[in-house]
Amino acid sequence: MTKAALFRFLFIVFISFSFSNGFAQIEVCKTCPIKTIKEGIKQAKPHQKIIVKEGVYKEYMLIIDKPLTLITKEKATIDGENKGDIIQIFADSVTIDGFHIIHVGSSHTTDYSAIRVDRSSHFLIQNLELRKIFFGIMLAKSKYGTIRNIKVFGDAVQQHNSGNAIHLWHSNHVLIDNNTLIKSRDGIYLEFSDDCVISNNISRENIRYGLHFMFSNRDEYRNNTFENNGAGVAVMFSKKIKMIDNHFQYNWGSASYGLLLKEINDAEIIGNTFEQNTIGINVEGTNRINYKNNTFKRNGWAIKVNGACYENVFTHNNFLYNSFDVSYNSRINNNTFNENFWSGYTGYDLDKNGFGDIPYRPVKLFSYVVNRTPNTIILMRSLFVDIIDFSESVSPAFTPDNLMDERPLMKQVK
Amino acid sequence: MIKIENLHKKYGKNKILTGVDLEIPEKGIFAILGPNGSGKTTMIKSILGMVVPEKGKIFIDGKATHPNGLYRKDLDYLPQIANFPGNLGVKELIKMIKDLRGTKANEEELIQLFGLTPYLDKKLSNLSGGTKQKVNLVLAFMFDSPIIILDEPTSGLDPVAMLNLKRLIAKEKAKGKTILVTSHIMSFVEEISDEIVFLLEGKIYFKGTIQELREKTGEVDLEHAIANILTENNA
Amino acid sequence: MLKILKYSFYDLIRSRWSYVYLAFYLLLGFVLLFLNNDLSKAVITLMNVIIILVPLIGTIFGVMYYYNSKEFTELLLAQPIKRSSIFIGQYLGVALSLVMSLVLGLGIPFVLYGLFESSAIWDFSLLLVTGAMLTLIFTALAFNIALYNENKIKGFSYAILLWLFLAVIYDGLFLLSLIIFETYPLDKFTLIATVFNPIDLSRILILLKLDISALLGYTGAIFNQFFGTSLGLMSALGMLTLWVILPVWNIKRKAQKKDF
Repeated sequence: MTKAALFRFLFIVFISFSFSNGFAQIEVCKTCPIKTIKEGIKQAKPHQKIIVKEGVYKEYMLIIDKPLTLITKEKATIDGENKGDIIQIFADSVTIDGFHIIHVGSSHTTDYSAIRVDRSSHFLIQNLELRKIFFGIMLAKSKYGTIRNIKVFGDAVQQHNSGNAIHLWHSNHVLIDNNTLIKSRDGIYLEFSDDCVISNNISRENIRYGLHFMFSNRDEYRNNTFENNGAGVAVMFSKKIKMIDNHFQYNWGSASYGLLLKEINDAEIIGNTFEQNTIGINVEGTNRINYKNNTFKRNGWAIKVNGACYENVFTHNNFLYNSFDVSYNSRINNNTFNENFWSGYTGYDLDKNGFGDIPYRPVKLFSYVVNRTPNTIILMRSLFVDIIDFSESVSPAFTPDNLMDERPLMKQVK
Repeated sequence: MIKIENLHKKYGKNKILTGVDLEIPEKGIFAILGPNGSGKTTMIKSILGMVVPEKGKIFIDGKATHPNGLYRKDLDYLPQIANFPGNLGVKELIKMIKDLRGTKANEEELIQLFGLTPYLDKKLSNLSGGTKQKVNLVLAFMFDSPIIILDEPTSGLDPVAMLNLKRLIAKEKAKGKTILVTSHIMSFVEEISDEIVFLLEGKIYFKGTIQELREKTGEVDLEHAIANILTENNA
Repeated sequence: MLKILKYSFYDLIRSRWSYVYLAFYLLLGFVLLFLNNDLSKAVITLMNVIIILVPLIGTIFGVMYYYNSKEFTELLLAQPIKRSSIFIGQYLGVALSLVMSLVLGLGIPFVLYGLFESSAIWDFSLLLVTGAMLTLIFTALAFNIALYNENKIKGFSYAILLWLFLAVIYDGLFLLSLIIFETYPLDKFTLIATVFNPIDLSRILILLKLDISALLGYTGAIFNQFFGTSLGLMSALGMLTLWVILPVWNIKRKAQKKDF
């Protein structure tokens, strides 16, 4: 975060410096001497500002190979007419600001995108609105850039012929802030991209993931909302990811979860809210993750643990009215649950120390039964199931017997 | 008034009525007699439609009875056992029955006659057997229907009430009503009835006046006459 | 019939048991709300209670009322009133007084705790509708049992057995058969088996509200169509209505043939 802030500060200084340099601006409009953006870019000198007036510009393959500011204050539209990449950036310190960009056109061989940034740094892409795209903004081997205030309205239906709204590949130190990403394949996708900050975004109705990490380390995402995606966020094969104050909600479906963690080590999951997801967090092969101050409310499964997970710590979380709080598929447990609030806890606190006097067992026998025979879910909340759950909690036979919260909180964590 | 044709009724394997034919064309008081379990109550309840017979027809005033039971507006019935909803008061019960039938009734007179005034606000569950029977009588007699059916009307009554009952029956008879009575008290039967219907083994064994019964059995006393029938049949 | 209904109803609302029942629900409502002060949570707890308790109370009350009002029934049978009116009237009298106790007993505490300003109002309404349906169904089943059994003790035993079967044993057998035949496609079986038990049906209604996130985790297409759309709610309500109509119709049928 601090790195990003510093970087932003330097950037602003840099921009204002280039303005004060007093380059002449280039204007592009239907009645100007320069009628196309392509021509504008061609004529512009490094660090010059190109102002595009209102209108629809039917252009594609706009190659920016020098530091430039391409800006419109009148929401000029660039229509790529489904021919391929619309803007390609191959230079540092490029700013793209204010455009509507439409009709990227899809391909089975090339990842066409509205804006492609290749091997560049210190870019600023902001205030755009993208529609009818394949990929939205594609970063490859780029660093120290900002993407903000972007609205992407995709129309993805199937995974194989749709692209991601914001796609990072081998790109580090990128800030992605305050964007609204709707109906693409992934809202935001990071592959081999480290030290990025993703904040204040809304990602919804994307058919795969709202946010997707692959082989990316030390990234941080906070204060985002992931709603009604195929699955909220997938974090895979990554290390030291910080996940803070995000909202994961209404991610419904048979393979749907708020958050998927797969082969993740040393992450922090703090202050997030998981509400009404089929699975709040689906965990597979994770180690040393701290879950703290999260709220799991009315999910099908708050936390579903598959496969080997070691030394994960759950503390001060609220588990509220989930159909199942925690589900395990094995009897082995090496994770710690301590001082959480469980709405299903029926114990008492006679010594008034704020902690229940008897431990809480969050894994129910019935969750084990449902894992094995999914149809049995129809019997949830029946008296018979309550009875078998109760007898299991008295003497665990199928569920991990050391998995319990010894100090369940009596009051919700605020 | 009442006509029964070939009435059959059994409870499980237990045949109660096996072809009862009975015609009561006249006005007057008819005592239905018979040993225990001979089907007196079953027959009465068939007339009332409370028991559904396997076979046979019942006509009231020339019309076959309809399962919807609306013909019961011409019938007053005194059940054998005076059972009432326990948490109702006497007055409420009378009011309710009046409301359900939707006809006029002269309950005041009868309440006076049986001295029920002090009990009007009491709950029925708190009343003695005799008092309940008096309430039962009030309910049976308060409507002015042409047919009255009394199943064991004397049970639990004190002598004063008994006298009143007899007087009441006589009064109703004078109005030209048809009254069916079952009773085990022969003196009572002898005193009030015009004709006797004797049920035996699910059939009408005898129908006629007491005088005719005496002649038939050669016994002077009604009780003995009946005993005579029973022993003769068993022999 | 309305007159019979009126008298049965008045008779019942003056009986001690109705007050006990009402008081029980008042107490339950207040205690639940006092303990956690959270309407949503109280609604969830109540749902678990209602699904089990309402059928039990409906059954016992139904059987009890039938046997206790034998005298009243006999009195009525001698009156110029249709038999179906007598029995359906009495049935409705019992069922509606129970429904009233339920609605008032739970409604008063929840309204006092600010139900109308709460988002739990829909869940709560569903709860009351389900409770009312279950009362209607189990009172009708109880009347059926009582009509077929003159013997009080037998009638009571059958009633309790019926409740025990539908509330617990049925689900146990259901669960077992699902686990034993887990290798077969069981979607249809599952839905059909649910339909044959009104308690399960009501539970489904409640699951649709509370656990929709978990239900949608199941992959079966039929399941998803059933739970994912309003089809589930509609058909569950429809089947529950059928569960009311059939026993009531049988009360009518049996009452026409019965001797008193």
